[in-house]
This record gives sequence, C-alpha cells and structure tokens, in this order.
Amino acid sequence: MEPLLAHPDPLPAEIALALDQAGVPRQAVASADLVEATAPDDGWSGAIVFAAEDLERALELCQAVRSGESPLAPLLLVIDPSQLPALAACRHLFDDFCLTSAPQAELVARLEQLFWRTGLGSRPELIEHGALVLNLETYQASIDGRPLDLTYMEYELLRFLAARPGKVFTRETLLSRVWGYEYFGGARTVDVHIRRLRAKVGEEHAHLIQTVRSVGYRFGQPPGWIR
Amino acid sequence: MHNQHDYVLRTVEERGVRFVQLWFTDVLGTPKAFTITPAEIENALEEGMTFDGSAIDGFSRIQESDVLARPDATTFQILPWREDDAPVARVFCDISNVDGTPFQGCPRHVLRRTLRRARDLGFTVFAAPEIEYFYFTDADPEHAPTGLDRGSYFQLTVADLGSDLRQRSVLLLEEMGIPVEYSQHEDAPSQHEIDLRYTDALTMADTVMTTRLVVKELAQENGVYASFMPKPLAGVQGSGMHTHFSLFEGEDNAFADPADNHGLSKTARAFIAGLLHNAGAITAVTNQWVNSYKRLSPGYEAPAHVSWAHNNRSALVRVPFAKSGNPDSTRIEYRAPDAACNPYLTFALVVAAGLDGIEAGYDLPREAAANLYAMTPDELAKDGIRPLPGSLHEAIEVMRPSQLVAETLGDHVFEWFVRNKRAEWHDYTTQVSQFELDRYLPQL
Repeated sequence: MEPLLAHPDPLPAEIALALDQAGVPRQAVASADLVEATAPDDGWSGAIVFAAEDLERALELCQAVRSGESPLAPLLLVIDPSQLPALAACRHLFDDFCLTSAPQAELVARLEQLFWRTGLGSRPELIEHGALVLNLETYQASIDGRPLDLTYMEYELLRFLAARPGKVFTRETLLSRVWGYEYFGGARTVDVHIRRLRAKVGEEHAHLIQTVRSVGYRFGQPPGWIR
Repeated sequence: MHNQHDYVLRTVEERGVRFVQLWFTDVLGTPKAFTITPAEIENALEEGMTFDGSAIDGFSRIQESDVLARPDATTFQILPWREDDAPVARVFCDISNVDGTPFQGCPRHVLRRTLRRARDLGFTVFAAPEIEYFYFTDADPEHAPTGLDRGSYFQLTVADLGSDLRQRSVLLLEEMGIPVEYSQHEDAPSQHEIDLRYTDALTMADTVMTTRLVVKELAQENGVYASFMPKPLAGVQGSGMHTHFSLFEGEDNAFADPADNHGLSKTARAFIAGLLHNAGAITAVTNQWVNSYKRLSPGYEAPAHVSWAHNNRSALVRVPFAKSGNPDSTRIEYRAPDAACNPYLTFALVVAAGLDGIEAGYDLPREAAANLYAMTPDELAKDGIRPLPGSLHEAIEVMRPSQLVAETLGDHVFEWFVRNKRAEWHDYTTQVSQFELDRYLPQL
C-alpha cells in the first residue's frame, strides 16, 4: 500500500497511534507546498488532515492535494467541533470528516470506508485506459491484448502518464519525476521516449499520448472531454 | 538501478522469455552475441557473464583473455521477429575486465568515455543517421551482386520485394521503439535508405547495430541478402551513413543562433572547424575498409574533399537549413561515414573532433559553394580545399600521428586498429584484380 499523506508534521500522537495500529503506512507532510515534491512515485493512497490546530493551513494543503496529480486521493479531515460552521465553505476539499473527539476505531473505520469507495486503499494493480492495460505488479503493458515490449524507462514513463490521465506535464516535470533530478540529458530525452512509446503502441493508438503545444504531454483526453 | 533489474527479471518471467541474447560489438563493428537462459539472467545483471575475449576481433590481449559482459538493463528488449510462444530478448552489454574496470577494447566504452567528455563541457550529443544498403539475390562472391529491381530514387515500383522488405523492416524497428524519420528507394537499383530519428549518441550507436541486424534478418528470412558494403557495385553510388549531429546545452540547441545569417552559433562553427581540421585523421575509422574508398571517389554523391556547405552535396559537412522558427532542429551532417562503419567508434571520433574545435577555438573556413567534383585539383588547392585520404593505406598513415584519435580510441583500440588495417591493406595489395586482368592481360 502506498503511504497516506498525513498532516501536520508531526501528527498528533493519538492519530499516529490509530494509523499504526491499523497498519496504514503514512508520511507526514508539513505544508501545501511540499505535497507534490514528497508524493511517492505511484501517488498517495489518500490523505488524513488534522485541521484542529490551524484550519487555514490545513485547507491550503487540502487544496494542493485536490489540484495535484492525484486529485482522487480520498481525504479525511479531522476537525475540532468549533470548526463545524467553517465546513460549508470548503466541502469540495474533503471526502469525509470526523471530530477530534471521535474514538480511534471510528477514525480508522472512516478511512477504510473511503478507501473502499474510491478503490484506492491498496496499491492499484491495473491501470486500464481504453485498449491499454498496465499491470503494475508484473510490469507488463498491453494494448488490444497485444503485449507491449517496453524498455524500463519507456514503461516508467507510460506508467507515470497513464496513472494521471488528462493532466498535462511539462517535459521538465516528466524528466525530474520519471528520470530523477540527477539525470543529465535535458528535456529532449522525454521527446525521444514519447516518440518511441508512440512507435510501439502503433499508429492507431499513438493519440493516447498527446502533445500539448509549447507545454508538454498529456495522457488521454483533458478532463471534461466528452466522447 | 535495482528497479531496472526487477523489471527485466519480471518481464523474462511474465513473458516466458526462453533466451536472452547478450549483444556487444567488436572493434570493427561486427555484432557479437552469446545467449543465456532465464536462469542465468539474474546473475548476469548483478555480476556480468565471463567469456574468453581472445576470439573477438580487437579484444585479444597477451596475458589475460577473460572479460565480462555486463548487460545494460536499460536496453533490454524482446525481439519482435521471434515466435511469440518462445520470445527471445536482447540486451546490449558493456565489456569490462574481470576486476570490474571498463575493458579498453570495448567500442561502447570508447563512445561512453567521449560522451562523458562532452558532458563535462555541458553538452548532450544527439545523432541521426541515414543508413543506405542494397538488397541482392545472394552473397556469393563468385559473381557480381545482382539487385532485386531496377528502380531508382523515389520510384514507386510494383510488387517490389526490396521495397516491401524495407517497409517491413521499418515496422519491426518501430515495434522495437526505433522511430524512423522516413525510408525510401535510393538512387541505385535495389538500393534503399532508412533515416532514423535523432536520439542520444550512445543509444543511436546501439540502434544502428539493431537496424543493420533487423534489415539483414528480414532479408535472410525471405531468401535474399541485405548488404551494407560501402561500394558493392561499380558505376553507381555506394552506401553511406550520413549522420546528423547536434549538441544541446540543457534545453538549448548549442548549434543554433537565430541572429546569425547561417543560423549557426559560435559553438557550431567551432565544432565544424574541428571536424574539418581532424577529418583526414578520423577517416580510417569512419571509412574502415579497403572498399570504403571506392565509395569516396568523386562523382557519386560521396564527399572526397574536406569542405563544408549549406546545400552542396559534394561537401563533407553539410549544414541543412533549420526549419523556420525551429532553431532546435539546427544540426550538422557529416557525410563521410559509410554504412559499414563501427557506429560507436565513428560517433566517438566525430564528437571528439568537433569538441577539439570548440576547445581550441578553430576558425571556420569559407563555405564551399561550388560543385567540388567539377573542380580541378589545382583549383581545389588554390581554395585551400584538401582531399580526404584516397585509400585505406593513406587514411591509416594520416591517422597514425593524430593525438586526438589515439586519445579518443585509447591505446588498446588504436594500436590494434592500425595493425589490423595495415594487414588488410597488405592483403589487398597482394591481390591481382579483375581490372588488371581485363586491362593488361590482352596487351602486355
């Protein structure tokens, strides 16, 4: 299971204990600006945000999670009863909430319910997008049932993009997220690999990876696109 | 690193790969391989596979002959032309000594070392070759090569096996993630060309090896023969491997300067100047066979003189006009290499020659606007245009004093290469050719 984003850093002891007992891995993130940078390769499995101490800062972080690469991450907000009236203005920023007074068991049960509903709680085994299927467990990709024989970097690039459909990435972002910051070679490397991927998926599926002029690349259609 | 190994191991398991071919290249650019079973792949990735290097051209040394083939996991690829129910994969290898240090006779290492130098100067090198070759009915040296068609440049021929094979080769290459810019029927009968899309120079050298193999493999499956021999037929043009090079500094094409009237930066000019300065010395490698110099004789679209120009196909270095508004496509084309060169050593020397120009700050001579084939030796000399070496013998003698070539190839490859090529020349000079019999026997 990918770790859960947990805020603030450090997490209040009772929440940390609840997560530990439930066996939910987590990674503490102190502020909104660290959400993208600290995200694991396969994205967060979800988020638990303790807002009782600093609501404004917590909501800022929720906003970052929502607008980030994995906007689906289920988000559980933990608030103080006095903050209840503030929820009306920010319902789009969380999936569920509970009060600081809730017993540990309730907190864990709510998380599990969220994971179940979004299907994200365990590491996703398959990414399916039209004719394309990526099996993250076996590293195998196929299109129209035909296996795609990818090199490691081609696979990594496709996996990164396919896990975040509809989102546009600059070549620089792809380079740093897929190849790593220490990679020397410049953004042309990304173009070269995109071209190789398109060659391998074949002309009829080459549109799966779209070039967004003077920005970068996007997997699949933009959000809101209607077939 | 370990993820890459995992990736290879899982793929071998999931796809039921039966054999993994470990590919490498000898000093002359001949593809070499040995095959291992899935049971050995993990160990091969971790520690490399030991083999006796003494049987490989240019690998032999006096004392220690065992070397290690170390798979470069990033190049692991299932071969698309094998049966799907028993897939075979290949992986390129770097050759190292048993103690793990790079083996000096490994051409891939020579190129890696040169690209590291480029990188230390802040440059990434991209290359895009245009590979020419012929289809013949067979490879029997007892008779003159026989082409499969009488087509010519861009001709659309009906039910032409050669063009069909070329197109199927291109599809196979694409399946292997090798994008092809375009492919066409070339000038000569049964001659074809495949132009590859640019990629980094090391990957491209691997890709050239793969391309030659795919083309040959498909031809063989269809009962014909594909040849990359530089000049298999007298009277028509030979098979070159014109290669486009560009240097990038981070995101920027270091060759481009939109403010310049040629669109060329100072770096590009110095690179070309370095290439021209060292052109004679690197020719023995870019054109490494006795036969290579038959292609370089004037009049057949191959360069014979050290010159540069924009749109003059007799020039050694051509600067194609960058697409308007796209300075990133600025590049230079080196036209000497033939299709039978060792791409690792060729790319290494072209890059080293260009970097020499940048470091030494050579000035770029005047562009050669005229058709050089039409100029007399006197006119060429007056313009300061030197000829390229005219034979393998001459090329070796021009190469021998070159510090640049010795340093780039390393002592091991350099000394072996000189010895091997002198022997080849010696063997050639002791032959009596058909030309001599035809010309002399009736009258002398």
